[in-house]
Amino acid sequence: MDRIEGLAKLTGAERYVDDLPLDGMLWGMTVRSPAPRGRVTGVHFGSGVDWSEFVVVDHHDIPGDNTVLLIETDQPLLAGEYVRHAEEPIALVAHRSREMVRRAIREIEVTIDPDPPIFDFTAEPTQDQIQHGSDNALKRIDITKGDVDAALVRAARVVEGEYRTGSQEHVYLENQGMIAWEEDGVLVIKGSLQCPFYVLKAAVRALGRDSDHVRIVQTPTGGGFGGKEEYPSMIALHAALLALKAEQPVRIIYDRGEDMRATTKRHPSLVRHRTGVDGDGRLVAQDIDVALDGGAYVTLSPVVLSRGVIHAAGPYACDNVRIRGRAMLTNSPPHGAFRGFGAPQTHFANERHMDVIAATIGIDPDEFRRRNLIVDGQTTATGQRITDGTDRVALLDHALELSSYHERQDKHRSLNASHPYLRRGIGLAAFHHGAGFTGSGEVMLASELHLAGLPDGRIEVLSANIEMGQGTLTVFTKLVCDRLGLRPEHVVIADADTGRVPDSGPTVASRTTMVVGRLVDDSDTGDRVTQAIIDWHVERDEPLVGHAKYEPPPGIEWDETTYTGDAYATYGWATYVAEVEVDLRTYTARVTDFVAVQDVGTVLHETLARGQIQGGVVQAIGWALTEECAWSNGVMQNNQLTNYIIPTSDDVPPIRVSFVENPFAHGPHGAKGLGELPMDGPAPAIANAVARAIDADPRAIPLTPEHLMDLLSNGR
Amino acid sequence: MRHLYPVGRLGFMAPPSKAIEAGASVSLELRVNGEPHAVSVPVHKTLLEVLREDIGLTGTKHGCELGECGTCTVLVDGQPVLSCLALPATLEGHDVTTVEGLESADGLHPLQQTFVELGAAQCGYCTPGFVLAAKALLDDNPQPSRADIETALGGNLCRCTGYLKIYEAVELAAARMRGEPGEPTREMLYGAG
Ligand code: FES
Ligand code: FES
Repeated sequence: MDRIEGLAKLTGAERYVDDLPLDGMLWGMTVRSPAPRGRVTGVHFGSGVDWSEFVVVDHHDIPGDNTVLLIETDQPLLAGEYVRHAEEPIALVAHRSREMVRRAIREIEVTIDPDPPIFDFTAEPTQDQIQHGSDNALKRIDITKGDVDAALVRAARVVEGEYRTGSQEHVYLENQGMIAWEEDGVLVIKGSLQCPFYVLKAAVRALGRDSDHVRIVQTPTGGGFGGKEEYPSMIALHAALLALKAEQPVRIIYDRGEDMRATTKRHPSLVRHRTGVDGDGRLVAQDIDVALDGGAYVTLSPVVLSRGVIHAAGPYACDNVRIRGRAMLTNSPPHGAFRGFGAPQTHFANERHMDVIAATIGIDPDEFRRRNLIVDGQTTATGQRITDGTDRVALLDHALELSSYHERQDKHRSLNASHPYLRRGIGLAAFHHGAGFTGSGEVMLASELHLAGLPDGRIEVLSANIEMGQGTLTVFTKLVCDRLGLRPEHVVIADADTGRVPDSGPTVASRTTMVVGRLVDDSDTGDRVTQAIIDWHVERDEPLVGHAKYEPPPGIEWDETTYTGDAYATYGWATYVAEVEVDLRTYTARVTDFVAVQDVGTVLHETLARGQIQGGVVQAIGWALTEECAWSNGVMQNNQLTNYIIPTSDDVPPIRVSFVENPFAHGPHGAKGLGELPMDGPAPAIANAVARAIDADPRAIPLTPEHLMDLLSNGR
Repeated sequence: MRHLYPVGRLGFMAPPSKAIEAGASVSLELRVNGEPHAVSVPVHKTLLEVLREDIGLTGTKHGCELGECGTCTVLVDGQPVLSCLALPATLEGHDVTTVEGLESADGLHPLQQTFVELGAAQCGYCTPGFVLAAKALLDDNPQPSRADIETALGGNLCRCTGYLKIYEAVELAAARMRGEPGEPTREMLYGAG
């Protein structure tokens, strides 16, 4: 089956948010803070434009609470008296002409009486830098299993290491954008977003309207990767405030520079490991400290931290584990959701550390992992007993075989000894990714899905889950077709419009196919609908609607207070192998070959699944080698595609994707989530390969030419 | 490392047919997808803006409006040009092709078909630019090597696909246009391995 929405994307017929002009629509723009922290002392309007032509909004115009509701309410919709990061929204301006609104923005000067900012999330804040609680920690999470201190004393060897990752910009090709207008007393907000009900809840709180008088509609979304999980609420409400005041439709479309400077990025991290191994090379203690840079407000940092710490010990069995995690406030723009959600950071540290330990104790990296990978019956760091039947060692061996891992090592040895300036190396990473929301998250969401009959006899699927390129529409259609014995042309997926669809939860956490797809496939609904279709054609007089509600798989137990139990209903498991080539003349590293072996349960649509894996691997190659945010005083300086370097066609190696299918009993047809997994493994595999190639010990990414030059001169 | 944009992509440099004052509005006739369009626009308005806002052809997308991403690629006389850097005043008498003009009386262009079949469009936002750049390549070189394709598409960014399926879609379309077997190979659908 081809992609459902495929053809519209090839003919120019697909309408993204900026393709939807409305009569009388105004352009909106945002006035932003010039300073990272301080009291707003004035907003001055210059005389270069005629202000009577403009609509201007500030925090006084907010009908409800001045907050972008998410987990907490600390982030204002428009800063009033105080700013906590540069580029923070302070006021809004709209005009019929985009050129005029740009000119007006340049006429506005915001003055700030500065307070001391903090940018280093690893440093102890001074008293006057404290802005949250007693120590700037936005969230702390600890995981304890066994007795780490005692085990470290008994261990044959203890190996320590410290690992860093930088922030990463999403670079969805379609910038953020929203349009808003009022229609018969209902405020309609349309735009590029992943979670329509997040926006709805935030709108109800800030606009002081009930949810019957706000409709959020997702437009085809030109890439999200998490970047359109929480930030769109901000832009949606800004467009709404302007539209309500102007009594005209308003659009806010960020340009690339503004999008990169103002919106969220991946959390930078510092992870410290202290690991005990016994004489046989088995892990006896993992003592792990995880710090994330949360930025200026709480936003999603607690949940990013949660996923980060749960994955921090990797897919290994160890009886004694202590993980201490914290997300720290800094005066940078809030870091946010990004494909992988904290796990890529902690997997980078852990998988790089595995190679460091292996080198220290003199075992091959693959053999060291083989001795420690979880086998069925053993438990994870949170004490979750794994019994899914996946053979993780076989997965690793399969990846080694596909990549000719050992043969290539021999070839590299002779090349590296003789070549004047090229060095090659091969590296691996073994890892896992929990599918769906953490712990009781899915139960609390209580996702719902409806199937409805249309007057023409077709079946409509109503869900809040969106298409952003990953194939939701196609997978849902396929599941309905399989379940009900229909053909694709008999199935319609409704627009994600909160005025029509039930809350089936956000499109995040690799959960859409596994959790919501399961609802599509839900037997009760299916049977009722199948029967109803038959009835429909017999006597067409009764509206047909089938419902399904999420039921957790049996036996899942999670304790949020102690962080113990079944952190996820299931995991994807993988081993990735990267081969790199370092050019000693230019200090550049290039990935020359890549193998991705994973178990994501049953693969529902092979073309889509491979596309997701390849796309994720390439995004992770960028994070590992070239994507670096240059910060100065809390502002990203390289906010252009010419100086923030994402992979181009030239940077992409052959990527061989192999699925080992071990069906998950509680996913649709046995499927598990897969969208985020490919973000976790490539960076450590690449860093491990670079370590081999140039006989150095990289502890941080991205491995840019500057960083490689340091490594080559200092080894570290 | 990133390519320089292929020669010619940066904009269309032909001198305007008449002298134009800075800041003035100009009345122009643009030929887009074979149809004449009379527009009256400020002289500094880009081809991207004029196509989208004045002619109503929103299939041409934008990712930077600074000549950095290739998303806004259109064809001028068959050659790829970044519409965010091109000024319509320089384009009178030339043929502009956008994604909306790819389909002909014979139906879909083979590239449109193969991009759908191989899943080469994920979010689809970069797709119009890629398809047009690929069309220019295939019109010029019916049997491009993988390296030729990489070079021809080197000025287009995609954040979803990792590029591999895009190359395969171009290769498959090229094969079909040469009249060779038109079925995707297993390797094209699923990658090697
Ligand atoms: S929009 Fe023209 S190159 Fe990016
Ligand atoms: S398909 Fe989304 S950017 Fe290329």
